[in-house]
Amino acid sequence: MSVLAVLEQRGGQWHRMSFETLAAAQQMAEELGTTASAAVLGHGVDALAKELAAKRLDRVYALEHELLKEYTPDAFTLALAEHIDRSKPALVLFPHTYQVRDFLPKLATRLDRIAVSDVVAHRVEGGTLTLVRQLFQGKVNVDVCFSGAAPHFASLQAGAYRADRVVAGSAAVEAVAPALSPSGIRTRPGEPFRESQRAVDLSAAELIVSVGRGIKEAGNIPLIENLAKALGAELAASRPICDAGWLPMERQVGSSGQTVAPKLYMAVGISGAIQHLVGMKGARTVVAINKDADAPIFEIADYGIVGDLFQVVPALIDALKK
Amino acid sequence: MPAQQAEARATMKIVVAIKQVPARDSQLRVAASGRWIEEEGLEYEINEPDAYALEAGLRLKEKHGGEVIALCAGPARAAKAILEALAKGADRAIHIEEDATALDPLARARQLAAAVKSEAPDLVLTGLQSEDLGYGQTGVILAELLGLPHSTIIMEIEALPGVIRVKRELEDGWFQHVEMPLPALIAVQSGIGKLRYATLMGIKKAKSKEVRRVTAASLGVEPGAPSISVERLYLPERTKRTQLFEGDPKQAAAQLVEKLRFEARVL
Repeated sequence: MSVLAVLEQRGGQWHRMSFETLAAAQQMAEELGTTASAAVLGHGVDALAKELAAKRLDRVYALEHELLKEYTPDAFTLALAEHIDRSKPALVLFPHTYQVRDFLPKLATRLDRIAVSDVVAHRVEGGTLTLVRQLFQGKVNVDVCFSGAAPHFASLQAGAYRADRVVAGSAAVEAVAPALSPSGIRTRPGEPFRESQRAVDLSAAELIVSVGRGIKEAGNIPLIENLAKALGAELAASRPICDAGWLPMERQVGSSGQTVAPKLYMAVGISGAIQHLVGMKGARTVVAINKDADAPIFEIADYGIVGDLFQVVPALIDALKK
Repeated sequence: MPAQQAEARATMKIVVAIKQVPARDSQLRVAASGRWIEEEGLEYEINEPDAYALEAGLRLKEKHGGEVIALCAGPARAAKAILEALAKGADRAIHIEEDATALDPLARARQLAAAVKSEAPDLVLTGLQSEDLGYGQTGVILAELLGLPHSTIIMEIEALPGVIRVKRELEDGWFQHVEMPLPALIAVQSGIGKLRYATLMGIKKAKSKEVRRVTAASLGVEPGAPSISVERLYLPERTKRTQLFEGDPKQAAAQLVEKLRFEARVL
């Protein structure tokens, strides 16, 4: 009855969120008075398993199969369902990555469970684990508990746990050979590719002005361009603006766009959905301009102006020119 | 394969699952029960990711012919979302009339699965996640319950005879193509195509389109025991102390610039 962290890798490289999940598993195991283990799936994962063997874990499972080389929801579900059935963990934790979003609900459903996805925090009281997740794009929090029998499943939001808290130690590695056959795999994945070389590298920008839904229509974008010009900043946007074609995709900041860490990030008319926040949390100073005082962006902002951006931005441009 | 048969197989029967959620700019209050939000006075709209799923379905139908069926589980008020889907071009709809506050994605997916089964479509489309609960699981659970292959976070869908080829978004600007046999389920990423507005003609026609009203019970879906329980909803506490400037925009702007120059020293 232990905690199992299922870690993500691709081509022998860890996903950056994997060790956040590992740290969370160690922490929860300690609080629940049990042990943590870790599993890694793929083809040629020996070196990664060896790396995990130097962490404080009960066991490291290396699920090795050539049909796990490229991710498919069928193969990952089959391999993990079999492994969980055999090793019987009480709690299985995943990083909330795009890949996990693609197969975790399938895995949980196959085992007649519900995964608690996108968890931001937890607490243990009297041996009971409570998970915290966000509703309404981060406007409301909810406490969730597991009510049925183990195994329980949860995925953890990027940045919710700190990778540098992983505790060193030693663990035995156990090689696991899942029973997989090509006939059980229905999707055929292609090689990952990038659309084109990015013309705009926002990751190097010192100052960024970013625009969101609050701008209302394409015709209002020049107002934000003028603000960026007055600041000497690069122009960026949240996803809906790029989806609508008001700014090119290469200017998108967030989980599906670029990750930035400027000195100044000024978010104009951006409410601050988590998909956006993960792309800019590393900014040194965050400014938010939004008419909704309850917008989640204010939770991470150092400075904020609550007001109508169509009045605030022109005033700001004037003030910058002084 | 004879040409006629190939053509016949290319037309698609598509079910699009849509959800009605509180409008984006709603001011939310936690209900006295602490288990959900206060619904009184809220405006509702089609969950935006689902609007993109509908858009994708309508585009496939325009290209290949066939039928788009909007499927929505929700209370009586969801009829408005269904009417909007019909006005945009869905051919008919199924309304599973059930309370919306089922906080359990598996229970909801079981109802949807029962309704989808009765249609035996070539393709099931869902949005990536709902803007209220945000589990991001309904589509994948539905695929598993229906025994369908699936792919999520999809930016392009190309239907070939018996096969579908999709462009899946990975993280950090990467993509991949994925192929799978039909029938299949696709969870669509927002932005797959520019959303259309309903035309006046569409709105007029919508009122005479078929809406089949069912309930979980009439679909033969038993409420199972959920394996998770919602304990409490609450507004998040601010973790960072934000210096807020309110009131006159000119004054607020001047104060902000002052702070950025001399306190944060980023300008």
